[in-house]
Amino acid sequence: MSKERIQISEALYDIMPSDYQDLVKSATYGKEDRGWKDIGTSKELIEQHSLCAGCPESMAFRYILASLPNPEDTVMVGSTGCTSLVFPMVAVHNIHSLFGNQNAIASGLKRALSVRFPDRVKDVVVLAGDGATVDIGLDMTLQAWFRQEKFTTICFDNELYANTGGQESGLMQKGFVAKMAPVGKLFDKVRLPEIARESGCHYVVNCTVSKPSLVEKVIRNAVHIAREIGPTYLQLYTPCILEIGKNSMEGLQEMRDSEKPSERFAYKEYVSEPAKQLLTELAAKDKERKAAAKQLAAQAQAN
Amino acid sequence: MSDYRVLPGPEHFLPPAAASMGIRLPNPGEAHINGVITSEEAAYEEAARQFLMAKVPTIFPGPLVLWAWNEKAAKKATAIRHLFNTLKECVQPGQKPMLIPMPDYRPKYPKINPEVEINPNHPNLTIWHNKIDCCIFVGVHCHQANLSLKIIRGGTSCYTIAMCAQAGHEDAMLSIRDTSVEKIMRLADTIKRLKGTVQPRLASAN
Repeated sequence: MSKERIQISEALYDIMPSDYQDLVKSATYGKEDRGWKDIGTSKELIEQHSLCAGCPESMAFRYILASLPNPEDTVMVGSTGCTSLVFPMVAVHNIHSLFGNQNAIASGLKRALSVRFPDRVKDVVVLAGDGATVDIGLDMTLQAWFRQEKFTTICFDNELYANTGGQESGLMQKGFVAKMAPVGKLFDKVRLPEIARESGCHYVVNCTVSKPSLVEKVIRNAVHIAREIGPTYLQLYTPCILEIGKNSMEGLQEMRDSEKPSERFAYKEYVSEPAKQLLTELAAKDKERKAAAKQLAAQAQAN
Repeated sequence: MSDYRVLPGPEHFLPPAAASMGIRLPNPGEAHINGVITSEEAAYEEAARQFLMAKVPTIFPGPLVLWAWNEKAAKKATAIRHLFNTLKECVQPGQKPMLIPMPDYRPKYPKINPEVEINPNHPNLTIWHNKIDCCIFVGVHCHQANLSLKIIRGGTSCYTIAMCAQAGHEDAMLSIRDTSVEKIMRLADTIKRLKGTVQPRLASAN
């Protein structure tokens, strides 16, 4: 699939539901500098979702889908959990894998796409919860990184199994008591960002989704680095407001509180040397492109 | 040859796949009606008759024709529009032909709006809502068509026709294989030819 193929047959255009017509008319497929600022002025790649009111995961989804650099040629791989309730509403190709298998599926998919479309950029992005990434799917997650598979892994970390009522997960913080974990977590939160770095990820970020511009930056970096160099990993805090006893409007504040310098989601970033070099090159190209566009606009105004 | 017949339902909640009951797909140049292999010509006649008899004859174009992903798809879409226009011209007062798209296969539950679209994961909602008693699938990927056809047979009394670009569908009550622009036009011609010769079942419908 590429942008040119996202066209409705003219003879049947009028019967297509309006959300599909809008996707073709005003979604940001193919736009070079697409980002979170397009939200509100263009058709988003997420339709209504079935998450709880105020769920930070829905914010994360909107920012991520607005920031993917190449959505028309991206395949997302999901896993069981709250995220799997959203994927049916997403206008990006996606695969639902068996619980925990997401990185194995993505490995095969990325390789197959490279063989099938050798002259086209095809991005693969895994998006799964902490249960799928760190507990049930840890084997597949790590092995994909060891093999230097070229795709991005995003973990929506809500620090428990929210979808099934609040069981303890590896990313739950020590001492936390949940509905289905009444004794309290006895061990520390698994330090997956550090493990990712040691396992060969070239770009690792641990943060919340409170700032859309930050989410946009890390998503773009992660996808570009995965495309050219090797595996990347993003751990994004998307608290389950229901399971931690918050109200719908308190998700954003919860994230802000958790990203303070001494807190567990203080911004943490690791970039390998080759990745740093690539980001420098991309920034230079971007600057050049913007300068050229500015010059063109000035010329047009002068004429 | 199996004694099983693929008939309008409701068969039951989980009807058996027709293939598991011994129904086989037609060979090139053939079609099937109720699971019995027949000539293509007979299938066109029967499909046209079913359409002209129905209270709400409906065409469900799928993603393979709704999206202009190649030139052939766009041409098929034009042929489907022609088929619909022909149907509208040929039905009698009281009959309500419909053209409802199946834009993709995402299980958009519970967002589906049965007035404007059909979803392969719960096609019965659109059938029930619009009281559709005869429908044709065209441009739907085989796996999704089979899934939908089985659900429709299980939970509704709708007569299903599948115009398949591949080998046909056993789970439809009538199926024509290797569908092309010409075959869609041929069905439209047959409907035109039979106009006025078939009595709609308006009076007997509830």
